[in-house]
Amino acid sequence: MPRRSFVCRCEDVTLLELDHAIELGLSEVEELKRYTGLGTGPCQGKECMSVLVSHLVRRGLVDPTTVQPFTARPPTEPVTLGALAAGLPAEPES
Amino acid sequence: MMGKGRAQAMGSRRAELPSRVDIAIIGGGIMGLSTAYHLSRISSLKVAVLERSYLVSGASGRNGGGLRMQWGDEGNVALMMESIEMCRGLAQELGINLWFRQGGYLFLARTEAGESRLTRNAELHHRLGAPTRLLSGAEALEIVPQLDVSDVRLAAFNPEDGVVFPWPFVWGYAGQAVSRGVTVRTHTAVDRIEGLADGLRLHLSTGERLDADRVLNATGAWSIELNRSLGIELPNHPHRHEIMSSEPLKPFLDPLVVDLATGLYFSQSTRGEIVAGITMPDEGPPATEVDLASSRRFLAHLGRALTTIMPLTAQLRVLRQWSGPYDVSPDGDAIVGPSPGLPRLYQVCGFTGHGFMMAPAVGKLLARLLAKGERHPMLERWDPARFSRGGSTRREDMIIG
Repeated sequence: MPRRSFVCRCEDVTLLELDHAIELGLSEVEELKRYTGLGTGPCQGKECMSVLVSHLVRRGLVDPTTVQPFTARPPTEPVTLGALAAGLPAEPES
Repeated sequence: MMGKGRAQAMGSRRAELPSRVDIAIIGGGIMGLSTAYHLSRISSLKVAVLERSYLVSGASGRNGGGLRMQWGDEGNVALMMESIEMCRGLAQELGINLWFRQGGYLFLARTEAGESRLTRNAELHHRLGAPTRLLSGAEALEIVPQLDVSDVRLAAFNPEDGVVFPWPFVWGYAGQAVSRGVTVRTHTAVDRIEGLADGLRLHLSTGERLDADRVLNATGAWSIELNRSLGIELPNHPHRHEIMSSEPLKPFLDPLVVDLATGLYFSQSTRGEIVAGITMPDEGPPATEVDLASSRRFLAHLGRALTTIMPLTAQLRVLRQWSGPYDVSPDGDAIVGPSPGLPRLYQVCGFTGHGFMMAPAVGKLLARLLAKGERHPMLERWDPARFSRGGSTRREDMIIG
């Protein structure tokens, strides 16, 4: 295996860093995101989520039949503030 | 992302709980963990922290990471001067990169009322030794050239205010607390609290029990639920606050900027993202339960305010939005100390959306109270019994969001 393998290319999280977090006792998708920063870049986890979960399954840390991705945050794709500002409704939504 | 050298094992669902501790802390957020860390430094008390989910799952992992000494009340200014001073050496102390950056806070006043607040604050800050200075709109442009300052009447800038990335803060306190003998147990909720002759017994969601001489309720906006189950009525309530983060940009924005007129705040984190939130109009009656929903209305409202005050952000892309709960106290002051009617249960809640920045100083003063009986001056006004005594006074008008 090459010396440095990247799990998350947006935030430069390497396999070594992921394994380091696991050695500290972390094993869940949500907490590994928050310890390594994985999945918080422009792709919002679209590239790295499956790599992360495969790794956790391979290491026997999660059950492949029940493991969930981390909470998906809106918007689905990056949207400019200009476009969002133009969409302000005239009346506040209830 | 994190330093590798001195990082310590974190809390875990497998951490073994003793049958009895001196102090049980409910809530593995920054308040509970900062207090646990300081207790482990100044005392030999046996301490356990209980977190019902994973660490960083609550408000400590959801806030904007701003730290400022620009408050309107003397006590808060002094407390935050202490907290920011502590942050200078904290990355080294905790062995983790906190992404702490002192780019200052720039407040913009566009109304006469805002102008007089900033003028009053600057006098107070000067008296207390905080380096806040008042600026014209043109002078504010020298700090942030991209602003539209056409209707800015006055600005205030304090170069020592700053931003952090909140997540490693929590991991850092947890790791150091664990390495100093504190038990940090995650994924374990407190279902019920029973009074004993010599303490309190916590009945846990795992079926275990934990007895403690004293218990600290450090669950923030979730504290209401726990208090109510014990017959403790305190007037704090949860308030949903939304926030967003943008694509990362090269560093260009030094300070966190606050527009007093709209309650808009935005900063650039050391990771490059623009992080922004705003006061939402027409929010309805106070909530009784924590609500973590996100809305399109928030992004639209924020987009309009941010693109008005900094037009080039119209091209800026939002990557994600989320929400976190403010734990709102009716007078804006925190609720810290022994509970009315149940003195073995201490409260550390009601920080009204600004607990994260105060936590370094609060953890230290609370540890001194619990371990040595030392009473920091703020504890008088933070007394949980003040509401029933009729001693509640609003002193602070610089609560943002």
